[in-house]
Amino acid sequence: MTNKTEILKDISSRKLNITRAFNAPVEKVWRAWTEAEQLDKWWAPRPWRAITKTMDFTEGGMWLYCMAGPNDEKAWCRVDFKAIAPVKSFVADANFCDEEGAIDTSFPTMNWDNHFLPTDTGSKVEITLSFDNEADLEKIIQMGFKEGFSMGLENLDELLEA
Amino acid sequence: MRRDIFQAIADPTRRAILTLLAIHAMTPNALAEHFNTSRQAVSKHIQILAECEAVSQKQNGREIYYHVNANKMKEVDKWLDTFRKIWEDRFEQLDDVLKDL
Repeated sequence: MTNKTEILKDISSRKLNITRAFNAPVEKVWRAWTEAEQLDKWWAPRPWRAITKTMDFTEGGMWLYCMAGPNDEKAWCRVDFKAIAPVKSFVADANFCDEEGAIDTSFPTMNWDNHFLPTDTGSKVEITLSFDNEADLEKIIQMGFKEGFSMGLENLDELLEA
Repeated sequence: MRRDIFQAIADPTRRAILTLLAIHAMTPNALAEHFNTSRQAVSKHIQILAECEAVSQKQNGREIYYHVNANKMKEVDKWLDTFRKIWEDRFEQLDDVLKDL
């Protein structure tokens, strides 16, 4: 049976909380989230593919990758790791960028706070997505939410999942 | 200017108004008392919310009451369903990766 994905929206504090249980020990889930080779296998929802260019999973380090679409369209993204507590949590900023990692400032920064917890049946991941300021959320809503809503999964993914 | 539910919730004051109206219907004056801004500013936000069809008005005696248009707010939930679908697909792929790790 597939584990349920819980999503809570908190529009007033500009946050989205995502929770999901896994039937695997927390150590394995941690590896899947923090090793480029594993991330490339699952991070992009099909038919998109995630392709890592560089990965340095350390505080101050960066994951530079692209989301490649079925027609070979590419969206480059970088994730900057701010704080890491091994096999427990990590905090990161995600941005759109170019192939060299130069941030595209026309898109807002998305903040990640990911927690990994052992459970009786395996593990649980709690993700909090938030945005730096009010303007950023307005931009995300104006650009991403509406457009994503009408354009469909692939584009929304490009807009929101950097 | 675009008028839809996403425009309605793009502004913090309008989100606060929607939160208040979600509890119960209110008159514009009663709403304005909750904000430090001018009544005109609050009226303008109510007007935008009405144009976005996020709120609708009902006459009750001499007073006009605004209430949340629940059907319109569901459009946000529809978007959220799309967002949820992305994460469900992604996590199912992660389930497969975990089996092989």
